[in-house]
Amino acid sequence: MGYYEEEDLNRFPEIGKHRPELFEKFMAWYEACQADGALSRREKALIGFAVAHAVQCPYCIDAYSQACLEAGSNMEQMTEALHMASAIRGGASLIHGLQAHNSVNKVSM
Amino acid sequence: MVPALPFLNPQIEVARAPNRFDEKLTSHRLELRASKVETLQVNVGKLCNQACKHCHVDASPARTEIMTRETVEQVIGALRQFRFPTLDITGGAPELNPSFRHLVSEARDLGTHVIVRHNLTVMFDPGQSDLPDFFREHEVEVVSSLPYFLEQQTDAQRGQGVFRKSIEALLRLNAVGYGVDGSSLVLNLVYNPVGAFLPPPQASIEADFKRELLTRYGVSFNHLYTITNMPIKRFLDYLRRSGNEERYMRKLVEAFNPHAVEGLMCRTLVSVDWTGRLYDCDFNQMLELGVAPELPQSIAEFDPLKFASRRVMTGAHCFGCTAGAGSSCGGAVVNSL
Repeated sequence: MGYYEEEDLNRFPEIGKHRPELFEKFMAWYEACQADGALSRREKALIGFAVAHAVQCPYCIDAYSQACLEAGSNMEQMTEALHMASAIRGGASLIHGLQAHNSVNKVSM
Repeated sequence: MVPALPFLNPQIEVARAPNRFDEKLTSHRLELRASKVETLQVNVGKLCNQACKHCHVDASPARTEIMTRETVEQVIGALRQFRFPTLDITGGAPELNPSFRHLVSEARDLGTHVIVRHNLTVMFDPGQSDLPDFFREHEVEVVSSLPYFLEQQTDAQRGQGVFRKSIEALLRLNAVGYGVDGSSLVLNLVYNPVGAFLPPPQASIEADFKRELLTRYGVSFNHLYTITNMPIKRFLDYLRRSGNEERYMRKLVEAFNPHAVEGLMCRTLVSVDWTGRLYDCDFNQMLELGVAPELPQSIAEFDPLKFASRRVMTGAHCFGCTAGAGSSCGGAVVNSL
């Protein structure tokens, strides 16, 4: 058995097999989140694209790469969104360096 | 309607079957019948100075199929007899047909509104540099493909160097009054996705094009039409080579929008090929799917009474015109999703 098969993208509804009411609630929430609102569909697609990389979900990366293109974004814009996600991730690691400083300082003279 | 992402739609169909479009229409209680013919769209040949990767005509410099003067005269005869409001001339690069300028002149003398699907770069072919003046003198509406406002994407689809030539051609059209404020000369652009995905909302990408073309290159235009790539000929070859055919067809079927059906171009258009044969649209023409067999088959036999309310011939490719905001030679057919 392989992991992360492309065909599995289309099998997502199977997640609703055992508790369909929970899946339906998720679907309603998910679709409502995507609608044009205070943010445009394009902005939301870029957010989804960035988050997909931050959580490293290959299904989401694939789906939101397509969604960004179909919302009119180009690779320059998508790459900037990717760098934003990566910079936050990198910064989140770096800021934890202060925990290390605190830990070291606590036992140091 | 919120377009669900592919993996979240439980109702997925794949359209590789011969024709499930009619079934789809029936399931929505829709019927695809034409109304009055408003536009005669004439493909004057497959010869082109470019060989774009998405071309549904498979046009290129190597093609020899081209409308003869005799058939052009039949088209002019039909324009004179039936007074179609609009003549939409396409190809290939239609300007490479030796009878192109004669057709435009005669049609304009009859008062017909003339649209030319002009690829911009043909302006730099021998003997074609006066095209902007010719278009202006005949008050032709110019519709030109420019898949993106950046060089890399445009050249990836239309060939190396096409973007820079296209910008130069657009500036020349602007210089004679096309697409500029206060002028009645209309210059519309066409956006095709550079790959196996659907176009973005037309209004939003039009705003991007207007802003970017003006600030980067000083180019202006009237409207941007978004057109979906059709899974036909060269684009279908690309889909197959790249392993995208099933996924793309799934996308088209999944994005079926019943509200797009009313605005489909086949309802108000008849398409003529380089031999004079009739079709419901240019895509059917490339698939050699002629008008319904009970109808006259050539422009020389055209009869408006028989064509009004005709049934339209369909295939799986028709999902390309009903996906999302819909697609036609005039761009999206519904305002928003």
